[in-house]
Amino acid sequence: MISLNHFLVVGALLFTLGLVTVATRRNAVGILMGVELILNGANVNLVAFNHYVTGGVTGQVFALFVIVLATAEAAVGLAIVLSIFQTFKTIDVRHADLMRE
Amino acid sequence: MRTNAGKLSWVAAAALVAAFLGYMIVEVILPAGAGRAAPTAGALTLPDVVFYALAAVTLAGAGGVALSRNILYSALGLLFCLLGAGGLYVFLSADFVAVTQLLVYIGGVLVLVLFAVMLTSRITEINVSNTSFGRFGGILMFVAVAPVLLAVALLTPWAAASAPGALAPTTATIGNALLTRWLLPFELASVVLLATLVGAVVIARKEIKAD
Repeated sequence: MISLNHFLVVGALLFTLGLVTVATRRNAVGILMGVELILNGANVNLVAFNHYVTGGVTGQVFALFVIVLATAEAAVGLAIVLSIFQTFKTIDVRHADLMRE
Repeated sequence: MRTNAGKLSWVAAAALVAAFLGYMIVEVILPAGAGRAAPTAGALTLPDVVFYALAAVTLAGAGGVALSRNILYSALGLLFCLLGAGGLYVFLSADFVAVTQLLVYIGGVLVLVLFAVMLTSRITEINVSNTSFGRFGGILMFVAVAPVLLAVALLTPWAAASAPGALAPTTATIGNALLTRWLLPFELASVVLLATLVGAVVIARKEIKAD
Protein backbone atom coordinates (compact mmCIF):
# COMPACT_ATOMS: atom_id res chain seq x y z
CA MET A 1 0.00 0.00 0.00
CA ILE A 2 1.49 3.31 -1.07
CA SER A 3 1.34 5.85 1.73
CA LEU A 4 2.17 9.52 2.18
CA ASN A 5 5.71 8.64 3.23
CA HIS A 6 6.56 7.16 -0.16
CA PHE A 7 5.77 10.46 -1.86
CA LEU A 8 7.62 12.46 0.77
CA VAL A 9 10.73 10.38 0.10
CA VAL A 10 10.48 11.06 -3.62
CA GLY A 11 10.01 14.77 -2.97
CA ALA A 12 12.93 14.93 -0.55
CA LEU A 13 15.26 13.15 -2.99
CA LEU A 14 14.18 15.43 -5.84
CA PHE A 15 14.87 18.46 -3.67
CA THR A 16 18.30 17.18 -2.65
CA LEU A 17 19.32 16.30 -6.19
CA GLY A 18 18.23 19.76 -7.32
CA LEU A 19 20.25 21.36 -4.55
CA VAL A 20 23.33 19.36 -5.56
CA THR A 21 22.78 20.36 -9.19
CA VAL A 22 22.58 24.04 -8.30
CA ALA A 23 25.68 23.82 -6.15
CA THR A 24 27.96 21.87 -8.48
CA ARG A 25 27.11 23.23 -11.92
CA ARG A 26 29.14 25.87 -13.71
CA ASN A 27 26.76 26.05 -16.63
CA ALA A 28 24.03 28.62 -16.01
CA VAL A 29 21.41 26.55 -17.88
CA GLY A 30 22.30 23.58 -15.69
CA ILE A 31 21.74 25.69 -12.60
CA LEU A 32 18.28 26.65 -13.87
CA MET A 33 17.51 22.94 -14.38
CA GLY A 34 18.44 22.35 -10.75
CA VAL A 35 15.98 25.05 -9.69
CA GLU A 36 13.28 23.28 -11.69
CA LEU A 37 14.09 20.05 -9.84
CA ILE A 38 13.77 21.79 -6.48
CA LEU A 39 10.39 23.27 -7.39
CA ASN A 40 9.19 19.88 -8.62
CA GLY A 41 10.17 18.26 -5.35
CA ALA A 42 8.11 20.85 -3.49
CA ASN A 43 5.20 20.30 -5.87
CA VAL A 44 5.19 16.55 -5.31
CA ASN A 45 4.98 17.21 -1.58
CA LEU A 46 2.12 19.71 -1.99
CA VAL A 47 0.00 17.38 -4.10
CA ALA A 48 0.75 14.39 -1.87
CA PHE A 49 -0.32 16.23 1.28
CA ASN A 50 -3.39 17.44 -0.56
CA HIS A 51 -4.34 13.87 -1.45
CA TYR A 52 -3.55 12.10 1.80
CA VAL A 53 -4.15 14.73 4.52
CA THR A 54 -6.28 17.73 3.65
CA GLY A 55 -8.51 16.66 0.80
CA GLY A 56 -10.15 19.28 -1.37
CA VAL A 57 -8.11 21.09 -3.99
CA THR A 58 -6.18 23.69 -1.95
CA GLY A 59 -2.85 21.93 -2.32
CA GLN A 60 -3.39 21.43 -6.04
CA VAL A 61 -4.16 25.13 -6.53
CA PHE A 62 -0.97 25.96 -4.65
CA ALA A 63 0.95 23.57 -6.89
CA LEU A 64 -0.53 25.31 -9.94
CA PHE A 65 0.71 28.67 -8.69
CA VAL A 66 4.15 27.16 -8.11
CA ILE A 67 4.15 25.93 -11.71
CA VAL A 68 3.20 29.40 -12.96
CA LEU A 69 5.97 31.07 -10.99
CA ALA A 70 8.50 28.42 -12.02
CA THR A 71 7.67 29.10 -15.65
CA ALA A 72 8.10 32.84 -15.17
CA GLU A 73 11.39 32.23 -13.40
CA ALA A 74 12.64 29.98 -16.19
CA ALA A 75 11.71 32.50 -18.88
CA VAL A 76 13.43 35.43 -17.18
CA GLY A 77 16.39 33.27 -16.10
CA LEU A 78 17.02 31.98 -19.60
CA ALA A 79 16.70 35.50 -21.01
CA ILE A 80 19.36 36.62 -18.55
CA VAL A 81 21.53 33.66 -19.58
CA LEU A 82 21.22 34.65 -23.24
CA SER A 83 22.12 38.22 -22.34
CA ILE A 84 25.16 37.02 -20.38
CA PHE A 85 26.20 34.90 -23.34
CA GLN A 86 25.99 37.89 -25.67
CA THR A 87 28.13 39.96 -23.31
CA PHE A 88 30.74 37.49 -22.07
CA LYS A 89 30.62 34.86 -24.89
CA THR A 90 30.30 32.14 -22.25
CA ILE A 91 27.68 30.92 -19.78
CA ASP A 92 30.20 29.69 -17.24
CA VAL A 93 28.95 31.38 -14.10
CA ARG A 94 32.50 31.83 -12.76
CA HIS A 95 33.28 34.20 -15.62
CA ALA A 96 30.14 36.29 -15.32
CA ASP A 97 31.23 38.29 -12.30
CA LEU A 98 30.88 41.82 -13.60
CA MET A 99 27.79 43.99 -13.53
CA ARG A 100 29.03 45.91 -16.58
CA GLU A 101 30.46 45.05 -19.97
CA MET B 1 46.39 21.79 -8.77
CA ARG B 2 44.54 22.30 -5.56
CA THR B 3 46.37 24.03 -2.78
CA ASN B 4 47.03 22.40 0.54
CA ALA B 5 44.64 24.75 2.35
CA GLY B 6 41.89 23.82 -0.10
CA LYS B 7 42.49 20.13 0.54
CA LEU B 8 42.46 20.71 4.27
CA SER B 9 39.15 22.53 4.12
CA TRP B 10 37.65 19.66 2.12
CA VAL B 11 38.87 17.18 4.75
CA ALA B 12 37.41 19.37 7.49
CA ALA B 13 34.08 19.53 5.66
CA ALA B 14 34.05 15.75 5.21
CA ALA B 15 34.81 15.23 8.88
CA LEU B 16 32.06 17.64 9.83
CA VAL B 17 29.54 15.82 7.65
CA ALA B 18 30.62 12.43 9.02
CA ALA B 19 30.25 13.68 12.59
CA PHE B 20 26.82 15.09 11.75
CA LEU B 21 25.75 11.79 10.21
CA GLY B 22 26.88 9.90 13.30
CA TYR B 23 24.94 12.31 15.48
CA MET B 24 21.83 11.88 13.32
CA ILE B 25 22.02 8.08 13.48
CA VAL B 26 22.68 7.84 17.20
CA GLU B 27 20.46 10.62 18.49
CA VAL B 28 17.56 10.75 16.04
CA ILE B 29 17.16 7.66 13.90
CA LEU B 30 17.93 4.90 16.41
CA PRO B 31 15.60 6.19 19.19
CA ALA B 32 12.80 6.72 16.69
CA GLY B 33 13.35 3.34 15.10
CA ALA B 34 13.38 1.51 18.44
CA GLY B 35 9.79 2.39 19.26
CA ARG B 36 8.13 1.31 16.09
CA ALA B 37 7.61 -2.08 14.56
CA ALA B 38 9.22 -2.81 11.27
CA PRO B 39 6.72 -2.26 8.46
CA THR B 40 5.33 -5.53 7.27
CA ALA B 41 6.02 -6.16 3.66
CA GLY B 42 2.74 -6.91 1.98
CA ALA B 43 2.29 -8.46 -1.40
CA LEU B 44 3.11 -6.17 -4.30
CA THR B 45 -0.13 -5.03 -5.87
CA LEU B 46 -0.48 -3.34 -9.24
CA PRO B 47 -0.67 0.25 -7.87
CA ASP B 48 2.52 -0.38 -5.90
CA VAL B 49 4.34 -1.50 -9.02
CA VAL B 50 3.08 1.53 -10.95
CA PHE B 51 4.20 3.87 -8.18
CA TYR B 52 7.66 2.35 -7.94
CA ALA B 53 8.07 2.52 -11.71
CA LEU B 54 7.05 6.20 -11.78
CA ALA B 55 9.26 7.05 -8.82
CA ALA B 56 12.18 5.24 -10.45
CA VAL B 57 11.71 7.19 -13.70
CA THR B 58 11.48 10.47 -11.77
CA LEU B 59 14.53 9.88 -9.62
CA ALA B 60 16.59 8.43 -12.48
CA GLY B 61 15.84 11.56 -14.49
CA ALA B 62 16.78 13.77 -11.57
CA GLY B 63 19.99 11.81 -11.14
CA GLY B 64 20.72 12.32 -14.81
CA VAL B 65 20.26 16.07 -14.42
CA ALA B 66 22.54 16.15 -11.42
CA LEU B 67 25.30 13.84 -12.67
CA SER B 68 25.48 14.01 -16.45
CA ARG B 69 28.44 15.93 -17.79
CA ASN B 70 26.71 16.73 -21.06
CA ILE B 71 24.12 19.47 -20.80
CA LEU B 72 21.97 17.86 -23.49
CA TYR B 73 21.76 14.63 -21.49
CA SER B 74 20.85 16.77 -18.49
CA ALA B 75 17.95 18.20 -20.47
CA LEU B 76 16.89 14.66 -21.43
CA GLY B 77 17.02 13.65 -17.76
CA LEU B 78 14.87 16.66 -16.91
CA LEU B 79 12.33 15.45 -19.48
CA PHE B 80 12.07 12.04 -17.82
CA CYS B 81 11.96 13.61 -14.37
CA LEU B 82 9.08 15.90 -15.32
CA LEU B 83 7.22 13.06 -17.05
CA GLY B 84 7.58 10.88 -13.96
CA ALA B 85 6.39 13.68 -11.70
CA GLY B 86 3.35 14.13 -13.96
CA GLY B 87 2.64 10.42 -13.59
CA LEU B 88 2.89 10.76 -9.83
CA TYR B 89 0.28 13.54 -9.95
CA VAL B 90 -2.05 11.21 -11.84
CA PHE B 91 -1.37 8.60 -9.18
CA LEU B 92 -2.42 11.18 -6.58
CA SER B 93 -5.67 11.77 -8.53
CA ALA B 94 -4.63 15.32 -9.43
CA ASP B 95 -5.44 15.10 -13.12
CA PHE B 96 -5.54 18.83 -13.83
CA VAL B 97 -2.14 19.44 -12.24
CA ALA B 98 -0.72 16.52 -14.21
CA VAL B 99 -1.94 17.90 -17.53
CA THR B 100 -0.68 21.36 -16.59
CA GLN B 101 2.68 19.81 -15.81
CA LEU B 102 2.76 18.20 -19.25
CA LEU B 103 1.68 21.34 -21.12
CA VAL B 104 3.61 23.97 -19.21
CA TYR B 105 6.76 22.17 -18.11
CA ILE B 106 7.44 19.75 -20.92
CA GLY B 107 5.81 21.78 -23.68
CA GLY B 108 7.12 25.14 -22.50
CA VAL B 109 9.98 25.15 -20.03
CA LEU B 110 11.83 22.18 -21.49
CA VAL B 111 11.67 23.56 -25.02
CA LEU B 112 12.90 26.89 -23.66
CA VAL B 113 15.80 25.15 -21.91
CA LEU B 114 16.71 23.25 -25.08
CA PHE B 115 16.67 26.48 -27.07
CA ALA B 116 18.93 28.11 -24.50
CA VAL B 117 21.32 25.16 -24.71
CA MET B 118 21.43 25.35 -28.49
CA LEU B 119 21.86 29.11 -28.52
CA THR B 120 24.53 29.41 -25.88
CA SER B 121 26.96 26.52 -26.08
CA ARG B 122 28.92 25.56 -29.10
CA ILE B 123 27.75 22.05 -29.84
CA THR B 124 31.22 20.73 -30.60
CA GLU B 125 32.64 21.55 -27.19
CA ILE B 126 29.45 20.95 -25.29
CA ASN B 127 31.21 18.87 -22.67
CA VAL B 128 33.52 21.66 -21.68
CA SER B 129 30.78 24.02 -20.63
CA ASN B 130 29.19 21.54 -18.28
CA THR B 131 32.10 20.23 -16.24
CA SER B 132 30.72 19.95 -12.76
CA PHE B 133 33.00 21.27 -10.11
CA GLY B 134 33.86 18.94 -7.28
CA ARG B 135 32.05 15.63 -7.69
CA PHE B 136 33.28 15.13 -4.13
CA GLY B 137 31.62 18.30 -2.92
CA GLY B 138 28.34 17.25 -4.54
CA ILE B 139 28.42 13.86 -2.86
CA LEU B 140 29.23 15.51 0.44
CA MET B 141 26.30 17.88 0.08
CA PHE B 142 23.93 15.04 -0.85
CA VAL B 143 25.05 13.00 2.15
CA ALA B 144 24.58 16.00 4.42
CA VAL B 145 21.16 17.13 3.21
CA ALA B 146 19.30 13.95 2.26
CA PRO B 147 19.29 12.30 5.74
CA VAL B 148 17.83 15.43 7.34
CA LEU B 149 14.97 15.69 4.86
CA LEU B 150 14.30 11.94 4.91
CA ALA B 151 14.33 11.85 8.72
CA VAL B 152 11.88 14.75 8.87
CA ALA B 153 9.64 13.15 6.25
CA LEU B 154 9.61 9.68 7.76
CA LEU B 155 9.76 10.32 11.51
CA THR B 156 7.18 13.07 11.83
CA PRO B 157 3.76 11.76 12.83
CA TRP B 158 1.74 13.44 10.10
CA ALA B 159 -1.91 14.13 10.79
CA ALA B 160 -3.88 10.95 10.45
CA ALA B 161 -4.96 10.89 6.87
CA SER B 162 -8.58 10.74 6.10
CA ALA B 163 -9.09 7.92 3.66
CA PRO B 164 -8.24 9.34 0.23
CA GLY B 165 -11.34 9.92 -1.80
CA ALA B 166 -12.15 8.00 -4.91
CA LEU B 167 -10.91 9.17 -8.28
CA ALA B 168 -12.96 12.14 -9.44
CA PRO B 169 -12.35 14.84 -12.03
CA THR B 170 -10.91 17.91 -10.34
CA THR B 171 -10.98 20.44 -13.16
CA ALA B 172 -14.38 21.96 -12.33
CA THR B 173 -13.53 22.21 -8.64
CA ILE B 174 -10.19 23.86 -9.37
CA GLY B 175 -11.83 26.30 -11.77
CA ASN B 176 -14.37 27.29 -9.15
CA ALA B 177 -11.67 27.63 -6.49
CA LEU B 178 -9.51 29.81 -8.75
CA LEU B 179 -12.35 32.21 -9.47
CA THR B 180 -13.72 32.43 -5.95
CA ARG B 181 -11.37 31.82 -3.07
CA TRP B 182 -8.08 32.27 -4.96
CA LEU B 183 -9.18 35.09 -7.24
CA LEU B 184 -6.60 37.63 -6.05
CA PRO B 185 -3.58 35.28 -6.44
CA PHE B 186 -4.98 34.23 -9.81
CA GLU B 187 -5.10 37.82 -11.05
CA LEU B 188 -1.69 38.57 -9.55
CA ALA B 189 -0.31 35.57 -11.42
CA SER B 190 -1.56 37.06 -14.66
CA VAL B 191 0.23 40.32 -13.85
CA VAL B 192 3.40 38.39 -13.05
CA LEU B 193 3.16 36.55 -16.37
CA LEU B 194 2.70 39.82 -18.25
CA ALA B 195 5.71 41.35 -16.51
CA THR B 196 7.70 38.20 -17.34
CA LEU B 197 6.70 38.39 -20.98
CA VAL B 198 7.81 41.99 -21.31
CA GLY B 199 10.88 41.58 -19.11
CA ALA B 200 12.21 38.52 -20.92
CA VAL B 201 11.92 40.23 -24.29
CA VAL B 202 13.61 43.38 -23.00
CA ILE B 203 16.47 41.43 -21.43
CA ALA B 204 17.11 38.97 -24.23
CA ARG B 205 16.88 41.22 -27.28
CA LYS B 206 19.99 42.45 -28.99
CA GLU B 207 20.46 46.14 -28.55
CA ILE B 208 20.65 47.95 -31.83
CA LYS B 209 23.04 50.77 -31.28
CA ALA B 210 22.23 53.87 -33.27
CA ASP B 211 25.52 55.31 -34.40
